Amino acid sequence: MTNSASRELKRNETKKNLGVLSALVSKDFKRKYRRSVLGVVWSVLNPLLMMVVLTAVFSYMFRFQIEHFPLYLILGQILFSLMSSATTQAMSSIVDSSSMIKKIRIEKAIFPIEKVIFELVNFAFSLVAVACVMIYMQVFPTWTLLLLPVLLVFVVLFTMGLSLILSAMGVFFRDVFHLWSVFTMAWMYATPLFYPLDMLEGWMQQVMLFNPMYHYVTYFRDIVMYGTMPGLKANLICLGMAVITFVIGLLVFRKTEKKFILYV
Amino acid sequence: MADEIVQHTSWIERDTANVSDEPMVVFDHVDMVFNIASEQLNNLKEYFIKIAKRELFFKEFKALKDISFTINRGEVYGVVGSNGSGKSTLLKLVAGVLEPSTGTVAVNGTIAPIIELGAGFDYELTARENVYLNGALLGYSKKFISENYDEIIEFAEIQDFQDMPIKNYSSGMVARIAFAIATVTTPDILVVDEALSVGDFRFQEKCENRIKELVEQGTTLLFVSHSIEQVERVCERAIWIEKGEGRMQGDVMEVCEAYRNGI
Repeated sequence: MTNSASRELKRNETKKNLGVLSALVSKDFKRKYRRSVLGVVWSVLNPLLMMVVLTAVFSYMFRFQIEHFPLYLILGQILFSLMSSATTQAMSSIVDSSSMIKKIRIEKAIFPIEKVIFELVNFAFSLVAVACVMIYMQVFPTWTLLLLPVLLVFVVLFTMGLSLILSAMGVFFRDVFHLWSVFTMAWMYATPLFYPLDMLEGWMQQVMLFNPMYHYVTYFRDIVMYGTMPGLKANLICLGMAVITFVIGLLVFRKTEKKFILYV
Repeated sequence: MADEIVQHTSWIERDTANVSDEPMVVFDHVDMVFNIASEQLNNLKEYFIKIAKRELFFKEFKALKDISFTINRGEVYGVVGSNGSGKSTLLKLVAGVLEPSTGTVAVNGTIAPIIELGAGFDYELTARENVYLNGALLGYSKKFISENYDEIIEFAEIQDFQDMPIKNYSSGMVARIAFAIATVTTPDILVVDEALSVGDFRFQEKCENRIKELVEQGTTLLFVSHSIEQVERVCERAIWIEKGEGRMQGDVMEVCEAYRNGI
C-alpha cells in the first residue's frame, strides 16, 4: 500500500460527492441503453417522434396559426419533459436507494440531484433533434442562442428544488407518487406547449404568469426560435422562481433527511 | 484451547508499540432510540385521520443504552452479542450512517464509510462498472480506481468475468469483488462485519491475510461476528452487548468466556 492509497480516503467531501454523482449518472445512462440496438440514438429520436405525433394531432385537429409549429412544439415539449421526467424519477430516488442509505454514509441530496443531472444529459441529446428540425424548417439561430446556458441554470435550479421536496415527501407519504403523475399531466396541458398563449381567456393568461414553466418555455422559444433577447424583467422572474424553489427544496430536505433512514 | 491462544497471539505479527493510547473511536454514553410508529403509515389519508383522532402513537425502542467504550489506534476490537443485541446499530454509528440520540460518537481518522460489503452494487452492471461505482461510493477518485483496477480484479480472482453483468455471478464472486474494493486502501479504521465468512475456505484465508496486512500497517480494526472462535482468534479486546446494554468489556478471552457462559 502506498501513501496515495491512504490519501485516497482523505479527499475532501465535495470532490467525493461529485465523484459519486458522476458515477451514478453514468450508471443510469448505461442501464437506460443497455440491450437497445440504437442505444443513445433514442434520446434524439424520441423527441422527434413525439413531435411528429403531436404535430399531426394538433395541426389537423386544432389548426392553430403558429409559424413553424413543429419547432414551437418540440421546444416546449423537451423543456417540459426535462422538468417532469427529472422530478418524477427524483421523487422515488431516496426510496429506491434505501439499500445505500442504510449502509453507506453518503450525502443524501445526491440522489435527487443526480436524477436532474441525468435528465439534463438526455436534454442535451434532444437538442440534436431540435437542430434537425431547425435545419429542416430553415430557421436559423441568432446570437441569442448563447443565452441557453443561462436558461438551463434557471430550469435546473427550479427542477432541483422541486426534486428535493418531492424526494423527501416520497419517503414519508408514498401517495405523492400517484398524485404527481396526474399533477404533471395537468401542468403540461395548462402550459402553452401545444397551443398559443392568446388562445387562453384573459384570466387564464393572468394565472399563467405564476407558472414557472410558462416563463421558461417562453424564454426558450425567444432565444432559439425568434432570436429575441429576453428583457431584464423576464430574466429576474425566471431567476427568482428558480432560486426560491431551490432554497425551499433544500430547507425541506435538510430538515427531514435525518429521519429518512427510519422510513425507507 | 491452548492451541487457540497460541494462534491468537500469533495472528498479527507486530510489536505492540504499534498500539498507542491515541483514541480512534470513542463512544460516550450513547443512547440510540428509534420511534417505531405503532402502525406503518405510508399514506396521507391514514395519517390525517390518525392525527384528527389523536391516535398517532409512537413506541420508543432503545437499540442501545448508555454505551461507552474507547478503541485506541492500532487495536483490534471485537463486538459480540446475540441476534438483535444492537451490534449492527453500533456499527452504523461508527460508520456515520446513523447519529446517536444522546451522547457522542467521535471517530478520529478516515474510515471506509460502508457497513456491508457490496452495498450499492448494481446487479445489471458488469463487474468493471461496479468496481468504479462502488469505488466512487467509498470516496475513491476515478484515477485511483483505474490505477488499482488490475489489483482489485486479481485479488477477487475474476479476471475472466470482468465484463459480465454481476447478476450472473455467484454470491461468493460478488463478495470477493466487494472485499477487494473495500480493502484496496489503508483506512485508519476498518469495520469488518462478518466479512470473513464470504467465499470458500481458501478465499477466507486470503481475506484474513489481507486484513492482517492492514492491521500490521496500523489500521484500527473493529470486528463483528457471531462466531466467538473467530473473534477470539482475531481480536485483542472486545465488548459484549446484549439487548442494547453493554454487559462487559476488556480482554477478549475474558469477554468471550463470559459471553459463552451467559447464554
